Amino acid sequence: MKRFLPYRAVVSARYRMLLQYRAAAFAGLVTQCFWGAIRLMIVAAFYAASTQTQPMSLPEVVVYIWLGQAFFGMLPWNIDEEFAQKVRDGSVAYDLLRPVDLYAFWYSHALAYRTAPTTLRAIPLGCLAILVLPRLGLAEWALGAPPSWASGVLFGVSLVGAAALSTAITMLTHISLLWTISAAGMDRIMPAVVTVFAGMVIPLPLFPDWMQLCLRLQPFRGLVDVPFRIYSGNIPPDVALLEIISQGVWVGCLVWLGRVLLARGARKLVVQGG
Amino acid sequence: MAIGESLKLYWLYVKLSIRAQLQYRAAFLLAALGQFLITGIEFLGVWALFERFGRLHSWSLPEVAVFYGLVNCTFACADALSRGFDQFGVLYIKTGHFDRLLLRPRSTILQLAGHEFALRRIGRFVQGLIVLVWAASVLNVEWSVARVSLVLFSILGGACLFFGLIVMQATLAFWTTETLEIMNTLTYGGVESAQYPMAIYHVAFRRFFTFVVPLACVSYFPVVGILGIADPLGSPWWFQYLAPAFGILFLSACLVLWQWGIKHYTSTGS
Repeated sequence: MKRFLPYRAVVSARYRMLLQYRAAAFAGLVTQCFWGAIRLMIVAAFYAASTQTQPMSLPEVVVYIWLGQAFFGMLPWNIDEEFAQKVRDGSVAYDLLRPVDLYAFWYSHALAYRTAPTTLRAIPLGCLAILVLPRLGLAEWALGAPPSWASGVLFGVSLVGAAALSTAITMLTHISLLWTISAAGMDRIMPAVVTVFAGMVIPLPLFPDWMQLCLRLQPFRGLVDVPFRIYSGNIPPDVALLEIISQGVWVGCLVWLGRVLLARGARKLVVQGG
Repeated sequence: MAIGESLKLYWLYVKLSIRAQLQYRAAFLLAALGQFLITGIEFLGVWALFERFGRLHSWSLPEVAVFYGLVNCTFACADALSRGFDQFGVLYIKTGHFDRLLLRPRSTILQLAGHEFALRRIGRFVQGLIVLVWAASVLNVEWSVARVSLVLFSILGGACLFFGLIVMQATLAFWTTETLEIMNTLTYGGVESAQYPMAIYHVAFRRFFTFVVPLACVSYFPVVGILGIADPLGSPWWFQYLAPAFGILFLSACLVLWQWGIKHYTSTGS
């Protein structure tokens, strides 16, 4: 167990630091709620006007939207400014000297960066959507419980998978800095790619049928589409297991790719002096 | 001070800012492209929903595209011009730099408006314009002088409205020091909601964006007038043509609020 101590320390230190910003979290909460409300009203209007059956029911989309608002921060859409700074001013050299596995060390950093602010946001937003909305007489817009225990438990597992996947993708963008130095490119392109392919713009099953196969075969759907549809039961528990395995396979592939690239990048890295 | 002289000075600010941004050409292009992509994917979502559902009540995709394109062009203009107010808390209040602005013999509004002319917002503007032009070519609308002027009037009114919201956000910083992210719900949230016809929203939400923040007056009502259809909310045609004026009124109110806020400014002293 002692082997993991440095990585655990990194995660907990980041958590404690990020939990300091409570006012920012409150502002974020209000923003997410407002955003969720707009999305709900738009989708509901589409459903109200339509008579055909859709690949997702409206209550399933409601779940999708609330969970999307709650776990928005977990998406790998940006680069940790602190890390970018490290690469820019050359202090990345210190990390190379540490007697730890570099990939695992940075992965722990990135994991905390992805999950700490999200916890702060997801818990209050979840409480609001689960407990407060029904009391305001808005029960049909509330975030209900999963349809079965199995769905709930599998959602938990796939959420952990999503966090691992998100961190693995963040690592790839971080490692790309070893070549590009500037984070500007990645920070501009990633939000567009991630939000579309994860399912944050609209739930993936609502895209046209001819796009579905392509959407199925890309890693980003493991971030949003898979866990949220498991929660609502749109992906039934027996299929969910398969989906979670494919999430795991993607994590494995991306971690492997990250390690290969990091080994290469670290070898030819030119440390910026200063 | 004469208005003409102010405008000349402002033009100088803009020229300088553009020249500065074009020094980093690659960074500028990347930023503009990023804006284009990030805001453009929203329309991908709109398109996909129409592909799936066919119609949104009585609204078709090209009709909604007019709402979408117009509000995006509008917000891009306001966003490009208001960087000084947008960054006010961080750049001027926290650092105490606002003291310097107060010492200069020109209005603070002019100086902050001239802070930066954010050329990269052209990314959002262009994608909104493309959607708007596409919609205009598909729709069966006769482009009379009156209609084209209504388009321009609503862009002007809308730009004023969003500029006003950002000035209001900056005004709040006199008390809070930090720039309040919560105001983003009104700016970005406003853009998000005005991309669809207001008629589809909950009545309380609609009232808020008509009577408190007159967003519907610069997007929904004029667009209904431009499309030349009967408004499901029942507004008369003359109101649709006058409505964007409320955006200008809103900005005036925000500037009055700003002047009043300045009186309450205490420097952070750093």
